Amino acid sequence: MNPIIVLGSGLAGYTVVRELRKLNRDIPITLVSRDNGDYYSKPMLSNAFAQNKDAAKLVITPAAEMAKQLGIALLVETEVHAIDRIGKQLDTTSGTLHYDKLVLALGADPIRIPLQGDVANVVMSVNDLADYAKLRVALGKAKSIAIMGGGLIGCEFANDLAVAGYAVSVIDPGLWPLASLMPKQAGEQLLQPLAELGVQWRFGTTVQRMDKAAVGYALTLADGSSLNADLVLSAVGLRPRTQLAKDAGITVNRGIVVDERLCSSDDSIFALGDCAEIAGKVQPFVLPIMHAGRALARVLNGEDAKVEFPAMPVVVKTPAHPVAVAPVARDAVGVWQELAAGQGVKMGFVDALNNLTGFVLTGEYAGERSEMAKRLAM
Amino acid sequence: MKVWQCVVCGFVYDEKVGLPEEGIKPGTAWADIPNDWACPDCGVAKADFEMIEMVGV
Repeated sequence: MNPIIVLGSGLAGYTVVRELRKLNRDIPITLVSRDNGDYYSKPMLSNAFAQNKDAAKLVITPAAEMAKQLGIALLVETEVHAIDRIGKQLDTTSGTLHYDKLVLALGADPIRIPLQGDVANVVMSVNDLADYAKLRVALGKAKSIAIMGGGLIGCEFANDLAVAGYAVSVIDPGLWPLASLMPKQAGEQLLQPLAELGVQWRFGTTVQRMDKAAVGYALTLADGSSLNADLVLSAVGLRPRTQLAKDAGITVNRGIVVDERLCSSDDSIFALGDCAEIAGKVQPFVLPIMHAGRALARVLNGEDAKVEFPAMPVVVKTPAHPVAVAPVARDAVGVWQELAAGQGVKMGFVDALNNLTGFVLTGEYAGERSEMAKRLAM
Repeated sequence: MKVWQCVVCGFVYDEKVGLPEEGIKPGTAWADIPNDWACPDCGVAKADFEMIEMVGV
């Protein structure tokens, strides 16, 4: 019998395998990764620097140990060129692989904003452990850092690198931190605590040009101002990796389109994690991946299962001012209400029927995450 | 006393040390931590991840 093949060794790929092994020790599974297959902590990539953790320290379980624990065949440093859906086989740099079912856990690519100037290609982004290792090397020679993007990853890096002693600037076209996740009153709670660490905020503008300066780089912003930095880090968002699926004729929208069974338009091919659009939503966070992994494991084990997402608060790791948020859809109808304010704010999003459908907790309220999640109307 | 590790982010819970800043006293067994407790580092709920019993700690 041909194996279930899982493409990707990130949290999504390894979670579905781990969950499936709890249900079934016998199904043959092959996991294919273009990385080295080590299992590492992705959430730590944007907050490990100040703790002086190098890339090796973020590895929780090495690849060989994962393969042994999970009883799987592991093909690392292998690129998949194409999926042949009729022949149910993959064309890879490690030869042709036949699958019974295929799981796409391909992840996402950092979005690159095109810049003018002669050194635009030196912008770094950190989306996997190898990127993190490169960042640490680059940081060894840098003193000042410009971060493009004041969202979750941008704010976490800003906090982490400012604590480590770097002069950090954050440039974001929005008007306050974490603008895509929360209202102004909540996001602006981060301004002062991070400014006290030395973070310089530049909102309402973007980087347009990047040129070599006498020391480091000179950035020209869209509002006509400029700044210098030794290192430029981009954290403006992720784009699901969909090309492989698209080339194979699988339905793709923003992500690889799957239903509540995590099944794509091909009934032998499934997707989850940052590459997937599950019932209309791309949710590149830890909790949705855990839930999807568990549901997909049951589906692959032949059970009649569907993914159900409970309230899933997202934790923003900014120790200077911690934040937990249960975000609402961009087009959600309702109002943000202030429930409490002190060293931070507690806000709830209330819909037309007076149901609490989202919340944000900052500063002293961040620890109330579980209690608030229980109050959410799902 | 045992030591447990979050499989998502590597966060370590040591029963001996507890998590006093979260109101969990030193010596609290993993089994006695409430089910709605969430990993302080990555936010995964207790019921939503496995803790690995670490050997040789």
